[in-house]
Amino acid sequence: MITLNVNGQPRQVDADPATPLLYVLRDHLELNGAKFGCGVGQCGACTVMVDGEAIFSCITPVSVLRDRQIKTIEGLGTIDNPGPLQRAFIEEQAAQCGYCIAGMIMRAQALLEKNPSASEAEIRETLSPNLCRCGTHMRILRAVGRAARAMQNTSTGNTKGSDP
Amino acid sequence: MALNDLEAPSHRSAFGALAAVLLGVAIFWAFGLQQALSADEPPSGSSFDPALVSKGAQLAAIGNCAACHTAPHGKPFAGGRALRTPFGTIYGTNITPDPDTGIGQWSQADFLRAMHDGVDRRGRHLYPAFPYDHFTRVTDEDVDAIYAFLMTRDLVRAETPRNELAFPLNIRATVGIWKLLYFRRGVFQPAPSENAQWNRGAYLAEGLAHCAACHTPRNFLGAEKKRLDFTGGESAGWHAPALNAASSAPSPWTADRLFAYLRQGMDDVHDAAAGPMAQVVHNLSQVPEEDVRAIALYVASLGGGQTPQRRASVSGVDTQAVERGAAIYAGACASCHDMGRQVLGGALELSLSTSVAMPAPGNLIRIIREGFVPADGEKGPWMPGFAGALTDRQLTDLVIYLRAHVGEKPAWDGVAGEVEKAARNKSRE
Repeated sequence: MITLNVNGQPRQVDADPATPLLYVLRDHLELNGAKFGCGVGQCGACTVMVDGEAIFSCITPVSVLRDRQIKTIEGLGTIDNPGPLQRAFIEEQAAQCGYCIAGMIMRAQALLEKNPSASEAEIRETLSPNLCRCGTHMRILRAVGRAARAMQNTSTGNTKGSDP
Repeated sequence: MALNDLEAPSHRSAFGALAAVLLGVAIFWAFGLQQALSADEPPSGSSFDPALVSKGAQLAAIGNCAACHTAPHGKPFAGGRALRTPFGTIYGTNITPDPDTGIGQWSQADFLRAMHDGVDRRGRHLYPAFPYDHFTRVTDEDVDAIYAFLMTRDLVRAETPRNELAFPLNIRATVGIWKLLYFRRGVFQPAPSENAQWNRGAYLAEGLAHCAACHTPRNFLGAEKKRLDFTGGESAGWHAPALNAASSAPSPWTADRLFAYLRQGMDDVHDAAAGPMAQVVHNLSQVPEEDVRAIALYVASLGGGQTPQRRASVSGVDTQAVERGAAIYAGACASCHDMGRQVLGGALELSLSTSVAMPAPGNLIRIIREGFVPADGEKGPWMPGFAGALTDRQLTDLVIYLRAHVGEKPAWDGVAGEVEKAARNKSRE
């Protein structure tokens, strides 16, 4: 058994240590936000956060995640109370098929937690590992920019969405 | 080349040399400036022969001019790229035909003198970050073609930032002394014992392509150590591996393999092209095949053919780290690296990796942290970076494991420190 800290809660998982985090999230913990896209860390659909950094969960074995903080899109907010990025993606209608969006949001979240005043150039550069085949890139960029402004306007207390 | 023997044997003499440099500044001040060239009018862009311009484009690609003379996300050849050297930061200059901030007022003779003698239009010495120690061997005809190419580029008005060099190196006259010690003007001398293709490769590799600028170690004054030619050097924080028999690559290079590598950045039994080499490959993918074949033939010949595989016995290994690293490899690396390159998405079997076999772990650490990411819009080898996924400790364990059990080489010293250094450097960017 491996204990993982996911969205602020300890979760016991019975999985081979070499199992990619993505499979554990989806198959064991029923956290289906992160998606399987390419399986080799090339598309970004599986992006989640570990210790504040965006990582590809499809190529990260759970063995390296003991005592580390994993955050998935489910940890950013709920349908009734979405986090700033989730809210901005809804307001900008930034999803078409939506398959890439959880990964986009998690990579943007990692950026904005470190630098809420990131420039558009920095946002573009940071999101470049994440692919969107529908082509909603311009809306995605607008949504991240909107969330960044919202986060800056919020008092310093609640810039990280609604963590449990 | 007796003057080359003045090269100081160790850093301890750096103080003495610095004093000598200071003294020399005064003495050579008068020699430090050369005459500004004639007031030849530069030709207008439309007067260049299109065939000459296109030959110049290919030569400029082989010379990798754009790498230093284009800023990240900047306009081509408009300068502004920061080159960090042990002596301070030098900025690549604007070589578009803008008359005020570029080379628009340079005549063909001015440009030829810059390439062959390292002197700008106004007669000031150029810093040897501009590799005129190699370009001096490029023929007049080839230099003229590059001139035609550059003078027909889009004109970009962009002031080059001021260099940030410490005294006395911020005074260009000091370069006069450096040249006296290390710079030899000269033309390429073909080797009569070799065939035309080999000599073409030597001409390009030793001259315009300036391979040795990265692949040869430099002394404390930044000059290539000629006696250690091609034994491996540094570029932008990467170790540029040895190209001669000193290479640690488990498989020797053949001309065919090297040709494929120089065109595609990949080969079945060597690491992919990383760091500054990625742009070199991008350039060489666009120039005439026969020139790349010639370079490959020449450089492969430096390796001395089938070097014996050097498999030293493994000792002094942290076995617990190896065990932890093996588990990380199984989960994070094996799915690509254990399936063979022939398969789509298959990656290099790491027992063949040059980086695993190198004298120091720096390149391997950087590759694992940063992966391979082709520049915007360019094709190239690709691997995801693991910087966020692995902690410093886990990365250290993985590197120790790869070195000991995959590379079967004696343990590196100070892997943990190198990993921390790489993490620090990255966070400062």
